[in-house]
Amino acid sequence: MASTIFRSLQTRPFCFYPKALFRRKNGILYCTMQNTQAQTATQEKPITKTTTPELKKAPANYKTIDEKILKDYEAIIGIETHVQLSTQTKAFCSCAYSYGAPPNSGICPVCMGLPGALPVLNSKVIEFAIKVGLALNCKLFLNSKFDRKQYFYPDLPKGYQISQFDVPIASGGYIDIDLPVEFGGGHRRFGITRVHMEEDAGKLIHSESGSYSEVDLNRAGVPLLEIVSEPDMRTGIEAAEYAAELQRLVRYLGVSNGNMQEGSLRCDVNVSIRPVGQSKFGTKVEIKNVNSFSSVSRAIDFEISRQALLYSQGQADEIVQETRQWEEGAQKTVEMRKKEGLADYRYFPEPDLPGVTLTQEYVDNIRSSLPELPEMKRRRYENMGLSMQDVLFLAHDMDVAEFFDATIANGAEVKLTANWIMSDIAAYLKNEKLTISEVKLTPQELSELIASIKGGTISGKIGKQILFELLEKGGTVKGIIKENNLVQIADPVEIEKMVDKVLSENPKQLEQYCGGKTKLQGFFTGQVMKLSKGKANPGLLNKILLEKLNANS
Amino acid sequence: MLSTMSMIHQPPRSISHFPSSKSTTAFLLKNLSSSSSSQPVTDQSESTPPSSQILTARHSLISRHLSAVQLAESFLSRLRRAEPHLRSFLHVSPDEDVLRQARRLDEILQRNEDVGPLAGVIVAVKDNICTSDMPSTAGSRVLEGYRPPFDATAVRRIREMGGIVVGKTNLDEFGMGSTTESSAFQVTANPWDVSRVPGGSSGGSAAAVSARQCMVSLGSDTGGSVRQPASFCGVVGLKPTYGRVSRFGLMAYASSLDVIGCFSSSVFDAGILLQAISGHDTSDATSSKQVVPDFTSQFTSISLSESKPLKGLKVGLISETLEDGVDTGVASTIRAAASHLEELGCSVSEVSLPSFSLGLPAYYILASSESSSNLSRYDGVRYGNQAPADELNALYGDSRAKGFGHEVKMRILMGTYALSAGYYDAYYKRAQQVRTIVRKGFKAALDVYDILISPAAPSAAYRIGEKKNDPLAMYAGDIMTVNVNLAGLPALVLPCGFVEGGSAGLPVGLQMIGAAFDESQVQYQEDL
Repeated sequence: MASTIFRSLQTRPFCFYPKALFRRKNGILYCTMQNTQAQTATQEKPITKTTTPELKKAPANYKTIDEKILKDYEAIIGIETHVQLSTQTKAFCSCAYSYGAPPNSGICPVCMGLPGALPVLNSKVIEFAIKVGLALNCKLFLNSKFDRKQYFYPDLPKGYQISQFDVPIASGGYIDIDLPVEFGGGHRRFGITRVHMEEDAGKLIHSESGSYSEVDLNRAGVPLLEIVSEPDMRTGIEAAEYAAELQRLVRYLGVSNGNMQEGSLRCDVNVSIRPVGQSKFGTKVEIKNVNSFSSVSRAIDFEISRQALLYSQGQADEIVQETRQWEEGAQKTVEMRKKEGLADYRYFPEPDLPGVTLTQEYVDNIRSSLPELPEMKRRRYENMGLSMQDVLFLAHDMDVAEFFDATIANGAEVKLTANWIMSDIAAYLKNEKLTISEVKLTPQELSELIASIKGGTISGKIGKQILFELLEKGGTVKGIIKENNLVQIADPVEIEKMVDKVLSENPKQLEQYCGGKTKLQGFFTGQVMKLSKGKANPGLLNKILLEKLNANS
Repeated sequence: MLSTMSMIHQPPRSISHFPSSKSTTAFLLKNLSSSSSSQPVTDQSESTPPSSQILTARHSLISRHLSAVQLAESFLSRLRRAEPHLRSFLHVSPDEDVLRQARRLDEILQRNEDVGPLAGVIVAVKDNICTSDMPSTAGSRVLEGYRPPFDATAVRRIREMGGIVVGKTNLDEFGMGSTTESSAFQVTANPWDVSRVPGGSSGGSAAAVSARQCMVSLGSDTGGSVRQPASFCGVVGLKPTYGRVSRFGLMAYASSLDVIGCFSSSVFDAGILLQAISGHDTSDATSSKQVVPDFTSQFTSISLSESKPLKGLKVGLISETLEDGVDTGVASTIRAAASHLEELGCSVSEVSLPSFSLGLPAYYILASSESSSNLSRYDGVRYGNQAPADELNALYGDSRAKGFGHEVKMRILMGTYALSAGYYDAYYKRAQQVRTIVRKGFKAALDVYDILISPAAPSAAYRIGEKKNDPLAMYAGDIMTVNVNLAGLPALVLPCGFVEGGSAGLPVGLQMIGAAFDESQVQYQEDL
């Protein structure tokens, strides 16, 4: 079953139980998949950290390209993104999809394209598509339809893909992004041409010898949204940020996990360049296999350089309409296939599915249930007085933003909360490889902690200790303070006693201090803190210590 | 009941249940009146037309005059005796499978438990309708030996109601043809004259009912594939409204036109079978959620006291269907049937449907376009015959070249052409516009008339081979039926007379077209 044999021929007798047939192969196939996973498991790093240094890896040819040459050209970039929707079942049948499942373990007559099987639309697909359409500020078509896009490929069981052609569910929208501060920052708005629904194809698994290929149809029929941008982007960073914002958007909306390494979010990038001032577009080149935001950015920058060099050398005619593949290892794009004329997909309306008719009321209900989207969140944080650096950090991860919002809702001060999350908590999460929703610290306790420090109950130093305990073991701030007797010592008499004790125990240092070595004040502070087990109120301690020291000298 | 027994034990080709050269409506009327007195009094006799094989069988079973095993055996033996002459079946269920199902029914009956409305009914199923326990090939080499993992919804419902599927009937490959000669496996003969075709594409299903190899059968109708063979074989053929019956499990030819239909020897049986298979199906998004009325309860029992039982019914005879190109014998038979309807109280007048002639080209463009897409899945990759090949394109090319027959290839090519960039507007889009015109034309006529009538085909059955090398002439034979598919309307064909030909004349069918979802209207008149 589900086996295409290219060179070494192996006609299988007809068999109807694909699972049984694949069982003996599972070992091998599964391994292959894991390899792929490992290879691309470094996605989620912020682009800002990886882009600049890695650009230098570009082949010598293009590394040396004069910045002056680049200045003469303008790049036109558009992106087609496929987002896999995380519906419980596939678009047109009741199979569940789970990434990495054994080949052909989640298939049925419908997604296998058996004779007589018919598609029935999963209404969640419509709901999710509307959510994304609204979030992208699109105009929705209340009457859209499905069409068949026809071509032959072994991963396409029916010989056509159910898609939307001339009437997509949504069109004419835009998306707002804020560029990272490291790249100069700035707000951008990119146009969205259209959003349409379609089904995913299966996967071909090629044998190592290359003599045959096998078909895994688990993914066939999984719902996708294709989101087509206007050619509004000009740099690799803009394109990467566009893709990252789409990922945030679908995660905020809960319609997709947006994982690029699992193929839940896939970008095809179109790049052309033209001399600055020219209005006619240059020849468009499509880049595939960009599996992370940083490779989106690097692939585009590479491609711009490549095209600019050809232009500047009078070889613009060597830029042809083609599909190029981004090679992560070599950090360059290579020719994949030339586009010879336009493929004729012979679209026509899908007769097995009735038209998609939406009522305004249904759309309005969905609109009113939309969560706060990343852009709205960023503007709100900005209005709270946070710096753009803080805003981007907090709003980029939905869970972090939620944690932040919940903490300040408990009355914690905005800037302090942001600092705690961005410094100590973020560092802890990074070290432990955890997400904010996986730690035991609650927003309630973080606000309590901040309030306790601000109110003087505990010192900042003790606060950090408590934070790590909360992160690891949970519990309450009050409980930990009480249990470990961590309440700050703010009684001047008690502090004075400790200061006296330290001074009397360190006569040598005191003498040096009196001799002019005033730097030793820090030493005394440390000793008193040590004696108080960190609980002495630092302000009071310093005041009393200074008084005593000056009295002595 | 004795009459039932003797009917069942008739020789295979004793199809003289239609007296020659008389209109069938008249016959049915006579039959009803004469037998109503001899009808044995049973608990269900009050409205039982004796022409219903299904009800007669049911009475025999419930009253224990006959066991389900006996009933099945009698059909099986007749099926096997007739089969070498007719070749209506591509696959016949092994005796033990059929008898096992019959025995199970007998056990239920023994316990005096309720049996389904189709208990013991022997059903044949067109081979493009999926059955999980039998091969389903659609008459194509590409699916030779293919056994689906599921039953079509219509088949499942029949089985749930106690029906027994005896086999899979021959057809033009994927339903593409009007003679059943395009089957990749065999040519079926017309029971009335074995040198003639049974019509198509559901020729096997029509011939099987005509020769009583089964009680009723399922066919599929995309452009007339139930109605034209019903006419050629002298049986009742019912094409329901598009969406009335789930298409799940019907191998798609042209999805927007395809519908599963019924063959039977009486309108009543067609009604019972339609009742069984109708209704919304969650597996077919195009199946209708319209409530399924009780078709059979709407039959009016004819009583002698009422001389004009159809009084008030307005019948429109489509004038275009009796013009040039229609066999004169057929035309006069239809006119005779029309005047018979008048005798029964209908007001019959001729109605012109100017869009009628537009339908045929539009139909062939739409059907070919959809089929070129629907048949893409037969690529040899996942199921069906895979040709040995060294690379992918050869695998596709050879599997399809060897798997598909001539007619199928021709339609795939036509459809691919019609959908190609640059031709789409001129062909597919224009055909869709014509389809709207045809639909509106019918709508207007059916606002005035209760039903429309026409011949089911321009001629009686052709000789085998007669049209094989003249596809255009064969396509032209679909002129009477394709418009109904374009409009999605229900239509019933029933034998209304005979024309010269064969040893006993050749049957001619009358087509009655109703408004959408008005199957009951169409049927109720015709039971008379």
